[in-house]
Amino acid sequence: MPQRLSILIAEDSAADRMLLSTIVSRQGHRVLTAANGMEAVALFQQEHPRMVLMDALMPVMDGFEAARRIKQLAGDELVPIIFLTSLSENDALVRCLEAGGDDFLSKPYNGVILDAKIKAMDRLRRLQDTVLKQRDLIARHNEHLMTEQRVAKAVFDKVAHSGCLSAPNIRYLQSPFALFNGDLLLAAFKPSGGMHILLGDFTGHGLPAAIGAMPLAEVFYGMTAKGYSLVDILREMNAKLKRILPVGVFCCATLLNLSFQRRVVEVWNGGLPDGYIRRAGSQERIALVSRHLPLGVLDPEAFDDKYEIYPLEVGDRIFLLSDGVLEARNRADELFGEARLQAVFDANREPGRLFDEIQQALAAFRGEAQDDVSMVEVSLVEDNALVRPPLAFANSAQGSPLDWSASFEFRAETLKHFNPLPFLLQLLLEVRGLRLQAGALYTVLAELYSNALEHGVLGLDSSLKRDAEGFALYYRERTKRLAGLQDGYVRFHLDLIQEIGGGRLIVRVEDSGEGFDVSRVLNQQQVAGCLSGRGLALVRRLAERCTWLSDGRGVSVEFSWAAQA
Amino acid sequence: MAITSQPSADGQELTIQVQGRFDFGAHQEFRNAYERVNVTPRRYVVDLKDATYLDSSALGMLLLLRDHAGGDDAQIRLVNCSPDVRKILAISNFEQLFQIA
Repeated sequence: MPQRLSILIAEDSAADRMLLSTIVSRQGHRVLTAANGMEAVALFQQEHPRMVLMDALMPVMDGFEAARRIKQLAGDELVPIIFLTSLSENDALVRCLEAGGDDFLSKPYNGVILDAKIKAMDRLRRLQDTVLKQRDLIARHNEHLMTEQRVAKAVFDKVAHSGCLSAPNIRYLQSPFALFNGDLLLAAFKPSGGMHILLGDFTGHGLPAAIGAMPLAEVFYGMTAKGYSLVDILREMNAKLKRILPVGVFCCATLLNLSFQRRVVEVWNGGLPDGYIRRAGSQERIALVSRHLPLGVLDPEAFDDKYEIYPLEVGDRIFLLSDGVLEARNRADELFGEARLQAVFDANREPGRLFDEIQQALAAFRGEAQDDVSMVEVSLVEDNALVRPPLAFANSAQGSPLDWSASFEFRAETLKHFNPLPFLLQLLLEVRGLRLQAGALYTVLAELYSNALEHGVLGLDSSLKRDAEGFALYYRERTKRLAGLQDGYVRFHLDLIQEIGGGRLIVRVEDSGEGFDVSRVLNQQQVAGCLSGRGLALVRRLAERCTWLSDGRGVSVEFSWAAQA
Repeated sequence: MAITSQPSADGQELTIQVQGRFDFGAHQEFRNAYERVNVTPRRYVVDLKDATYLDSSALGMLLLLRDHAGGDDAQIRLVNCSPDVRKILAISNFEQLFQIA
C-alpha cells in the first residue's frame, strides 16, 4: 500500500504546475506548490515535505540553487529531488545531479512514469530513514555500553587497585580498559611484608571476560591480607571460578609469592605464556613455564597446586606478560611471537631499561599503540626499601581479650594439608596491642613454624640451600617428606599477660624433631651470601626476646606493647 | 571460517573439521557441529589441519565440547595440530584434558 506523502512541486509555469498537481494528488499524495526556487525553499522549511519535484529553470532562484539549499536543510535525511526538465544536453543533466538531484523527469509529463519514480524514490527514502534510525540506535547503545563500562570499571578499580601496584618495585603496562579484554593485574602486601602478584587473562572479551575478575580480586586481597599461603589462595580462586563461571570461561594466570626477607619467589603458572626471572648479576634468565591448566577448569579435587620456588638476589627482576604481547600483529598479519621477545631480552644491556625496550619493540612492530597488552615487572629490593601501609582491621566493638593462654598441637595429617598461620594470626590480632606489630608477629610465627616443620619434623638440613641447585633439591625433598609424613607434631603455646601500662605475648614453639645444637647453628648462619639461615637472624631482630630450649627442640619469643592513650 | 562435522559409518565417532581462524566468531558454528547431529557418538575427533589460528575462546569452546561429551569421561582427540596450535594447547596444558596428536 503506497504511503501518502507530502510532495512539493516547484514549477514556474502555472499550467505545468496545475497539471503536475493534478497527477500527484490523484495518486493520493498531499501537494504543496511553489512558483520559484525561493518559494520552494521557504515552503520546505515550513512544511518539511518528503519529496520535491523541481523545475530546473525558474525566475528569482533556479532549481539548482534551491536543490542545494534544500539538501543542506535536510541534513542526513534523504529528501529525494526529482528534476523536471526539458533540458536534454548531457551537461545540463549532470548539473541537476551535482546540485543534489536524485533523478529527472522529462517533459512532457507521463503520469505512469511519474508514479513509478515517486514510488522508487520513496523506497530509497525509507531505506535511508531505516539506516539512520539504526545508526542512531547503535550510537545510543554504544554510548550506553560505554557508560556501563565506565561505571563497572570505576567499581572494579576500587577493588583491583586497593592493592600495591604503585609500589616502587613494580612496573606495569595495562590498557585502561584491560578489564574488558579480560586482563587482570593484582598485587598486595602480605602481613609478613612479602608480596603476592597475580596476572590473569580471562577467556574472551567484553563483559563475559570481565565478570570473573571481581570475585577473583576479592579472594586474592581478602586471603592475602589474612596471611593465607599461595596454595590456599590458588585453591580458593580455582574452586570459586569453577563454581561460578560457565564451562568454557576460565582464567589463565600466574601467581607469584615474593618474600623480600627470605629472598625467594614461589611461582604457579596455569596457562599464561612463559614469564621470566632475569638475574641482576649474570643476566641469566629463567623461564617461568605454565605447568597447569588455567584457573576455573578443574574440580577442586583434581586441581594441582604444585608451585616452583626460586632463590632471588636484590636486583633480580621478574617479568610476566599476557598473550597479547606474543600475539600482537603487524600490518603483514605476522605475530610478534616468542623469538622477537627473546631477541629483546638478548639485546638488553641495561636491566632497568628492559621493560621500556619490550614496549618499544612492540610499538615499532605494530606501528601503533598497543591496547590489549598486559605486562608487569617486579624487582626484588631490600626489605626496608618498601613502605607498607598499616594493616586494616575491622574494628569490633568488643573489648580486647588481654589475659589468656592457649595451646595447639598440629599433627602429621594436619601438617600435610593445613597452614595454621592465618588461623593463629587472626586469633592474636584480636588483641589490639598486637596489631601494630602484626607484620613482625606474622613473620616471626611463619619463620618459627617453617623451622619447626622443615628442620624439626621433616629433619631437613638447611645447609643444603647453599647454592641454587641445593635449593631446588631442598624443596623437592621437603615436598616428598611432607607427603610421606606419618607422625610428628608442631606445638604452639600462646600466653598473653596483662602488664601495667600494656601487655606481653609469649609464644613457645616446639616440635617432634631431634633438636639441634643451638650455638653451632647460630654461628654457622653468620656466613654471608648463604641461601639459608636468613630465618633465625630475622626472628632475633623482630622479636623482643628470643630464647631456645637447651635441647634445641623449642623456642620462645616475646612481644610486648604499651597501652595506647 | 567453516566448520563441518561427519559421523563415522557406525556412528560411534564424530569428526569435526575446523577451517580458518578458530576464535570467538566460530562459537555458534562449532556448537552446531556437535549439537545438531543425529548420532550420539562415543568419541569425538577435532581435526585442526586447516585451522590457521586458535585463541583462548577456542580453548573455551573445546571445554564446552568436552562437557557435552561427558566431562571427565569424554573421549576427544585433537588431531593434525600445527606447531603453533600445539604450542597454544601446551601453554594451557590441555593435554591433561584432551588427546593431542
